[in-house]
Amino acid sequence: MPSSANAAVYTQPVLRRVEVTPSRTAEEFAARPADVKIATENVSILYGEKIAVRDVSLTVQERSILALIGPSGSGKSTFLRCFNRMNDLIPGAHVQGAVHLDGENVMDPDVSVVELRRRVGMVFQRPNPFPMSIYENVAYGPRRRGMNDRRKLEELVETSLKRAALWDEVKDDLRRKSGLALSGGQQQRLCIARVLATEPEVILMDEPASALDPVSTLRIEELMRELRQAYTIIIVTHNMQQAARVSDVTAFFTMAEDRAGYLVEVGPTGRIFTRPNERLTEDYISGRFG
Amino acid sequence: MTANAGPTVGRPNGPHPSLRRKTSRGTILADRAATVVLWGTGVFVLALLGSILVHFALAAWGVVSPSFVLTDPSDSALGGIMPVLWNSIYMLVLTMLIAVPVGLLGGIYMSEYAGENALTNAIRFAEEAISSVPSIVVGLFGLIIFVDDLHMGFTALGGALALTLFNLPLMTRLSEQALRAVPQDERSASLALGATKWQTIRHVVVPLAIPGLVTGVILTAGRVFGEAAVLLFTSGIGTPPHYNFGNFDLLSQASPWSPFRPATTLSVYIYKLQSEGLGAYVHQIVDGSAAILISMVLIFNLGARFIGRLLTRRLTAA
Repeated sequence: MPSSANAAVYTQPVLRRVEVTPSRTAEEFAARPADVKIATENVSILYGEKIAVRDVSLTVQERSILALIGPSGSGKSTFLRCFNRMNDLIPGAHVQGAVHLDGENVMDPDVSVVELRRRVGMVFQRPNPFPMSIYENVAYGPRRRGMNDRRKLEELVETSLKRAALWDEVKDDLRRKSGLALSGGQQQRLCIARVLATEPEVILMDEPASALDPVSTLRIEELMRELRQAYTIIIVTHNMQQAARVSDVTAFFTMAEDRAGYLVEVGPTGRIFTRPNERLTEDYISGRFG
Repeated sequence: MTANAGPTVGRPNGPHPSLRRKTSRGTILADRAATVVLWGTGVFVLALLGSILVHFALAAWGVVSPSFVLTDPSDSALGGIMPVLWNSIYMLVLTMLIAVPVGLLGGIYMSEYAGENALTNAIRFAEEAISSVPSIVVGLFGLIIFVDDLHMGFTALGGALALTLFNLPLMTRLSEQALRAVPQDERSASLALGATKWQTIRHVVVPLAIPGLVTGVILTAGRVFGEAAVLLFTSGIGTPPHYNFGNFDLLSQASPWSPFRPATTLSVYIYKLQSEGLGAYVHQIVDGSAAILISMVLIFNLGARFIGRLLTRRLTAA
């Protein structure tokens, strides 16, 4: 997909709305372009009384990578967790606004978080394989949704590990070796394989390479570029080179004076890194703060 | 950089502080004292345990034999302890059958569902209160409730229920702690994969908590094996009859398999002999019984750990 197409979508109403215009109406959201996978509408996240993220509206195109960048505390990870409703697990956390996945608001009370999380997978900052065999790690998700057919499971485990570029390294001791016995980079690819096995459409990655060495980091980035062909990916990263290398679209977050995170601007990665609209973005990218 | 290129880090021209700078005498003394005291304490505890084991091993030498373990008290002048040993094991299994599931479920509730509120604070308070009730009082309570009010008489079941009451708080607390010790990351990982809360508990949290849960079972079991006061008034104290292990009538008073019969355990038997026993060999029997009791506890500990390891492997890899 040519990047000019991305540019068209991301410089269209949403971006302008973020900058100046009032909220879009529900009808406008319903009439979203066909290739928009996710659209957030005035999302604010509160921890008790304290506001952590304020009024974020953006869209994510299908089969693209959106990078969320910004200084620590700007609410990127908190925002990421509202796509699969992991914020539900945090006592006192409260999300306002709407998060549309294929036009369906995932915040609706009758949405099943179990179904949502199967479609929207997540890779965490610290690789966290279960202390089980490699095979069992990958088979965990499918088993939980009732897949018990040995042949099908084996096939799925193999495909998932291949897609996560880990198969060749582990195929000989799938069942004997614990997921924890792998190196950090391999563990993170195992975690990606584990997510792929649940056959998601969207993959959320919360600083997936921040605990890894540079070589492993590059492997993860390569992998993300490949996965992009089939999945929609949203990644939180502290590493701006990483955002520049892997993402199609970049959203820059920062903190307001009341320490609430907000979206400064979102646009095609190339433009954000060369000609940002906002002074704040430019300062952050050029290393003047953050 | 080569070796003779000169120093390039630190302060090349400034004075170097000596590595042998004097640490104050007091600090050094305190450090040494701490080492000595802590080592001393450890050695003392080990020596204490060792001396108990050695004492009973020596005392039981010549008493404990296969026939001592496998015969009835009336079979010989020395007397065997088979029925009371059987009762100890029987009571252990019966109590664990009740206390482990309830304690585990309670622990799961406290760790995964309850949160922090007035109710859980009340439960914790009750746990501590029951734990600190003297066991003889628990025994009296069992006597009033099970033996008298429920007209059960002296029964193994009544004893097991009283023991459960006595041990449940500990079992629940230890289960809760073992489950809480499972990192939050593991729960998040499972939930993020679309597992339900119960699936997460069943397939991730409990399996990872097994080593801690086994510790809970071992500590509880040790108390069951050793407990005498709770059982005096509930499962009864007396010389057990000859058991016919072919009698599987679970409702019969005579069947050793029945929970509805009096069951004097090894600990209670030791108490009885030591306090009112008559006969030439009473002390030998007491020493032999004590040695067997200690061995049973050790065997159970090792066995529980072994089973715990097997379980962990089963639950995390099956």
